[in-house]
Amino acid sequence: MNLSMKWLSDYVTLDTTVKDFCAAMTMSGSKVEVATEEGSEIKNVVVGKLLSVVPHENSDHLVVCQVDVGQEQPIQIVTGAPNVKAGDVVPVALCGAELPNGVKIKKGKLRGVESNGMLCSLGELGLTVHDFPYAIADGIFIIQEDCQIGQDIHEAIGLNDTSVEFEITSNRPDCLSVTGLAREAAATYHVPLHIPQPQFKGIEGNIQEELHVEIANKEKCPRYAAGIVKNVKIAPSPRWMRERLRASGVRPINNLVDITNYVMLEFGQPMHAFDLRYVKDGQIVVRNAAEGEFITTLDGVTRALSPEMLVIADAEKPIAVAGVMGGEYSGIMEDTNTVVFESAYFEPVQVRRTAKKLGMRTDASARYEKGLDPEGCLRTLERAFELVELLGAGEPVRTHIDLNYNEKQRNRIPFDPDWINAFLGTEISRESMCETMKMLEIEVDGDTCISPSFRIDLERPADLAEEVARIYGYNNIPSTVIKGVANASLTPKQKFRRTLENATVAVGCYGILTYSFISPKYFDKIGLPADSNLRKTVVISNPLGEDTSVMRTTTLPSMLETLSLNYKNRNAAVALYEIGKEYLPTGTDTLPLEPDRLTIGMYGEDTDFFTLKGMVETILETAGLHDCTYQACKAETPFAETCALHPGRSAVIYKDETPIGYLGEVHPTVQKNYDIGTRTYVAKLLIDEMQPLAETEITYQPLPKFPAITRDLSLVCADEVPVGVLQSAMKKAVGNILEQITLFDVYKGEQIASGMKSVSFSIRMRSHEGTLTDEQADAAMKRVLKALQEHGATLRA
Amino acid sequence: MKEQLEAIRNEAEAALQTCTDAKQLDAIRVQYLGKKGALTAILKQMGKLSAEERPVMGQLANAVRTDIESAISKQQKTIAEAELTQKLQSETLDITLPGKQKKIGGLHPLTIVENEIKEIFLGMGFSVADGPEVEYDYYNFEALNLPPDHPARDTQDTFYITDNILLRTQTSSVQVHVMEQQKPPIRVISPGRVFRSDAIDATHSPLFHQVEGLVVDKGITMADLKGTLELLMQRLYGEDCKIRLRPHHFPFTEPSAEVDVMCYNCYGKGCRLCKGEGYIELLGAGMVHPKVLEGCGIDSNVYSGFAFGLGLERIVMRRYNIQDMRLLFENDYRFLEQF
Repeated sequence: MNLSMKWLSDYVTLDTTVKDFCAAMTMSGSKVEVATEEGSEIKNVVVGKLLSVVPHENSDHLVVCQVDVGQEQPIQIVTGAPNVKAGDVVPVALCGAELPNGVKIKKGKLRGVESNGMLCSLGELGLTVHDFPYAIADGIFIIQEDCQIGQDIHEAIGLNDTSVEFEITSNRPDCLSVTGLAREAAATYHVPLHIPQPQFKGIEGNIQEELHVEIANKEKCPRYAAGIVKNVKIAPSPRWMRERLRASGVRPINNLVDITNYVMLEFGQPMHAFDLRYVKDGQIVVRNAAEGEFITTLDGVTRALSPEMLVIADAEKPIAVAGVMGGEYSGIMEDTNTVVFESAYFEPVQVRRTAKKLGMRTDASARYEKGLDPEGCLRTLERAFELVELLGAGEPVRTHIDLNYNEKQRNRIPFDPDWINAFLGTEISRESMCETMKMLEIEVDGDTCISPSFRIDLERPADLAEEVARIYGYNNIPSTVIKGVANASLTPKQKFRRTLENATVAVGCYGILTYSFISPKYFDKIGLPADSNLRKTVVISNPLGEDTSVMRTTTLPSMLETLSLNYKNRNAAVALYEIGKEYLPTGTDTLPLEPDRLTIGMYGEDTDFFTLKGMVETILETAGLHDCTYQACKAETPFAETCALHPGRSAVIYKDETPIGYLGEVHPTVQKNYDIGTRTYVAKLLIDEMQPLAETEITYQPLPKFPAITRDLSLVCADEVPVGVLQSAMKKAVGNILEQITLFDVYKGEQIASGMKSVSFSIRMRSHEGTLTDEQADAAMKRVLKALQEHGATLRA
Repeated sequence: MKEQLEAIRNEAEAALQTCTDAKQLDAIRVQYLGKKGALTAILKQMGKLSAEERPVMGQLANAVRTDIESAISKQQKTIAEAELTQKLQSETLDITLPGKQKKIGGLHPLTIVENEIKEIFLGMGFSVADGPEVEYDYYNFEALNLPPDHPARDTQDTFYITDNILLRTQTSSVQVHVMEQQKPPIRVISPGRVFRSDAIDATHSPLFHQVEGLVVDKGITMADLKGTLELLMQRLYGEDCKIRLRPHHFPFTEPSAEVDVMCYNCYGKGCRLCKGEGYIELLGAGMVHPKVLEGCGIDSNVYSGFAFGLGLERIVMRRYNIQDMRLLFENDYRFLEQF
């Protein structure tokens, strides 16, 4: 909403600067976006009178003018404009002048003749012919205003208003008007507000003979007021009206159209004007559109209507979409003689739905859909009639039609100053609160407040508290500490997540955050089978684009995209992690599961499978997941996305029987799909599944009292026997005296038969009951060798 | 014999003077004090002495032995010190050579600030709640006093899954979950992702982060809201940080406010950073709307509460002077390494 400060001063007298006004209004609830001084880019332009216009000696299209600009001597200006003659009054940009298009005027010579300024067109002053209809667009602006020679142009042509742009919240449609903002200004500054009742004489006549109005849908249109203006004389509006419209951001058209716009800006109530000739049989019916009906709206577009839409129809056809836009030919034309003014109340949701469905938001619909004042219809109509007479634009018929089925009562709200103070934490007196209510036209009746009809937002005591608070000043409310004691700590899941995250950072990874939505093409990029469950996604019905159209069912592609970007950006080595959700659908009408995942991705010269595995092991140990096992990925993997991994360099991680994640080298094909030119490693851990398995309680174990015995063992076995298998066999064989098995060498090559490998372990044993004897250790080693034999492992010779 | 003993002492002491290493020292000890040493040889001749002379010479011999021993030990110390000095000298490093770093990673800047805010609120007795990101319309809008066809829905460009399911546009949805599950007193914050269909540019992202706060109890006032937010901002921006509340409209709070923090660059005077305002808009807040409380089964005649929601990106970008929001979601290592 753009407010003309000149217009505002009709209703309220403020002794303040624009800057202070903006700050004060913002702090009382009407937020100012920006204040624009009209013509502020124009400097040093004055009114001049052409004394003489003679042809240029060296040019057949230039003329040389002597211009009286109110100085002692006339100045000489050369111009190419064809529409000037001696005696014309024009805007003159003097030397040093600045214009809205950024031009700065300097002394110069045109074809050898000195020119000391410039004569301006409307365009050069940032204006159009709508602002001054008597002027022409492509020539010098010949001023026909009451002004003095030498006068500053701003003053001379009324380019001296300030337009203040407000951001009006959706609960305050009453502030989408000059009078509404004037009321707020009056309350903010505690000064009186003066809005006169409209007065008009009107002519005799029986409106019923010319116009019949019927409301078929009284629920959606509870009030419809209409009146007639005869003997219409279409002409430009007077300058003051054009100025105010311009400052409000509305283009002046002609007197009748301008009047409807003017009253809409003034009172917030949209008005529509119909040419009575095109209202068939003088019949107006407010009804729902019929199936298959069409309307061509003012903008020339033919639109299909549907039965839930409300239209204004004549005896035959719709002539307007109620509260949205008029039909073609329904409006004011050059030869219009009699117009019908409509000032109605349409139900907000109705207008909103219709405008949305037709895809046209108009200034009118934006107002109706927020909820207007049903009691304001008549005043607006009367104000329009007053202006018609003031402008001599026609003759309003004194009687008018007002169908009022409005049953909405003004809200009665309990008014309890003590409660308000307790709610706000303030000590404001009842008198002060009553004063605020009065300024805002809220009636106080004992312990009840009655909201004005234009304040649809006031329903409850809390709403009254807000009115009190904002006029009192939010910043005058004290600051207090919440009473009472409260205890809080993170939940076990939140703590677990934090532990995991800290461990992941500690092993060298940097946190990333990626979008929750991905492209469905990403599934192809990681080589997911066509029938994979992971392709069943939560789909966004109105995505920004295909790339962000489905909610990810796996975090892996997001990580790979990020690694790809880093590789492309020539980052030589990276280690990244993301803690984020996957979105696993559960049905069409139910919410998806949103499990938390820890995803790790890395590449770099010193990185291999075991770098990543070591990091994962450290993280798991730190998080209290001990003795996890690693199994090579098989066909029936618990994670479909492990298809993106190197089949011989990947593993599923188990805690006991539960799969808790996977890790591995990225499949060369997938790596290529992501344009990563180096071996890349990824892991994913299922945070939600891991948390209940984590041991978070730590119990102290006494330090050993007795010495340990360590035996080293070098074995030879077939190459395909996993070390992990040997280790668990040894573990079982040694029994409870086992303290630690450490692998210290794996060797293939000379001295070892092909297809075989040598593996060396160090086994440390200890008893808590007493010093182990050599015999005990020997017995354990015997058991170990026997167990190893089952896996074809023998002592290396 | 006396002369002999004196001579041995002098000789030994002289030898020690020139001795510079442990090996030489040992040789000297053997030479004079060893079983076949000079002193032992002299003592072997003691038998030939008279009974009067014997104790005198014995005494002298012992004195000589003690002298030599102490001279040796003294010299030993000197040598050890010299050797140590030499060792230390020879081991001198170029301490300007780079250290062997243990590379650890780092948190994402959004996580750093989110953690900081969590700590502040945990300290004030707030617990941390999580809520679904894919959400029913009811929790995101309707229960927050935004019925279908409410004009304020237009201001939040929503991603829809179905007519009834959407990507939450605000963490305020968690308010309703919390109030459904928990009786007052309630003090909770809920950080998380929210989604709006804004095209990606330097200041917009279809995904961003909010931190929601909710307090419900008997006698909660708007002054409490102010006090709590002041405390938050002072912890985040320093003790001299000032905030300002401006009336605004949110359907789920009444009264509602937008909260500005005094520009840390110009301290309220107005500069380019704050576009001449002196303050920077930071969050939305207000007293929980009675309809919202009642919708969650909380009697608004008995309980009152306040709620607030702040955008994490804005705080992070200001703190680290990040001009382009895309950097936060692009995850370039060179960017991440800086935090």
